[in-house]
Amino acid sequence: MEGLYVVTGLSLIVSFIINQEKTIQGLKRGWMKFYKTLPSYLMLLILISIVLLLSEDLIVEYLGQDNIFLGLLFSLGIGSVTMMPGFIAYPLARILLQRGVPYMVIAGFVTSLMLVGVVTYPLEKSYMGRKATIIRNIMSFVVAGLIALVMGIAYGEIF
Amino acid sequence: MNKNIRNYLVFIVFILFSLISWLLQFEFGMSVWDNFLVFAIDMVIILPPAFILIGLFDVWAKKESIEKHFGQSNNPLRFVYSFLLASTTVGGTFVAFPLANSLYHKGAKFSSIFTYVTAASLFMIPMTIMEAGMLGIQFTLIRLISSIPFIVLGSVLLERYFERTNYKLPTIEK
Repeated sequence: MEGLYVVTGLSLIVSFIINQEKTIQGLKRGWMKFYKTLPSYLMLLILISIVLLLSEDLIVEYLGQDNIFLGLLFSLGIGSVTMMPGFIAYPLARILLQRGVPYMVIAGFVTSLMLVGVVTYPLEKSYMGRKATIIRNIMSFVVAGLIALVMGIAYGEIF
Repeated sequence: MNKNIRNYLVFIVFILFSLISWLLQFEFGMSVWDNFLVFAIDMVIILPPAFILIGLFDVWAKKESIEKHFGQSNNPLRFVYSFLLASTTVGGTFVAFPLANSLYHKGAKFSSIFTYVTAASLFMIPMTIMEAGMLGIQFTLIRLISSIPFIVLGSVLLERYFERTNYKLPTIEK
C-alpha cells in the first residue's frame, strides 16, 4: 500500500518537472475517470456488503474449499462467463482475498475474466472470424489456468 | 447517465436504511453497514493514488510510435512491440480487436496479433495499476512475468495452425 503512494508521488513529481500542463491535464483525466466510476463503486460496495453477510459461507465454501483445484475450476468458469470492468473486479477480488479465498483461485478469476470473453464473442467474431475466436478463447482459458497454477506455486498454496 | 443517477439513488436509500437500522437497533442492517464501512475505507485509501497514476499514464502514453515498429518483420523483437503496444492500449479489448484486425491487413503476423490481443487484456497499464493497489504489487508482478511465456507460446502455436490452414481474418469495411 505504501508502495502505491511512493510510486504515485514520484510519478507526479517527475511528470510535473517535465511538463506542468500535461500533469494537470492528467490529474483532471484521473479525476474524470474516478468520477465516472464512483456510482458503480458505491453500488458494488453495497451489493457486496449485503451478499457477503447473507452468503459468505457459501462463497468461501465454493471458492476457498479444501480442494483448491476445484476452487480454481469454479473461479475460471465464473471469470469466463461473466464480464465486469477491472475497476469493479479488483475491489471484489480484494474482498474475497481478505475473506480467505486463496491467491491461486483469485488469480484464476481475474485472468479468465480478462482473457476469456464468452460475452464478447460477437464482437471478437466480427474482427477475428469465428474459428480464430473460438480457438483463441480456448487457448486463453488454458493460459489463465496455467498462470493461476504458477501463482499457486509462487504463494506456496500448492506443491 | 441514467444508470449513474439510479446508482446514487440506491446509495441514498442505503444510507437511510442504515440510519433507520441504527435507530431501531436492527441487527442485520447494522452488520451490513459495518461491512460497507470496512470496504469503503479501504477503497478511499487505494483509489485516489491509483486514479492519479491512471490519469498521468493516459496523458503520457503515445501509441503511434510503437505501432510503427509492429509490422511484418520476422524479428523476435516483434513480440516486445506486441507487449508494448498492448500495455499502452487504452480501452481494452474493444480497441484491441479492431486494431488487431487492421494490423493484420497491414501485414502483421498471426503470432504478433495474438500476442497483442492476449496481452492487451492482461497487460493494460491502468488495470495493472488497479490490481497492484488492490492485491499487492507482488501479485501483479508474478502474474505479468508468468504470463509472458504462455502468451508467446500460445500465439506461436495458433500461428502455425492458422498458417497451415490458410486462415484469413475478416475484412472490415471502413
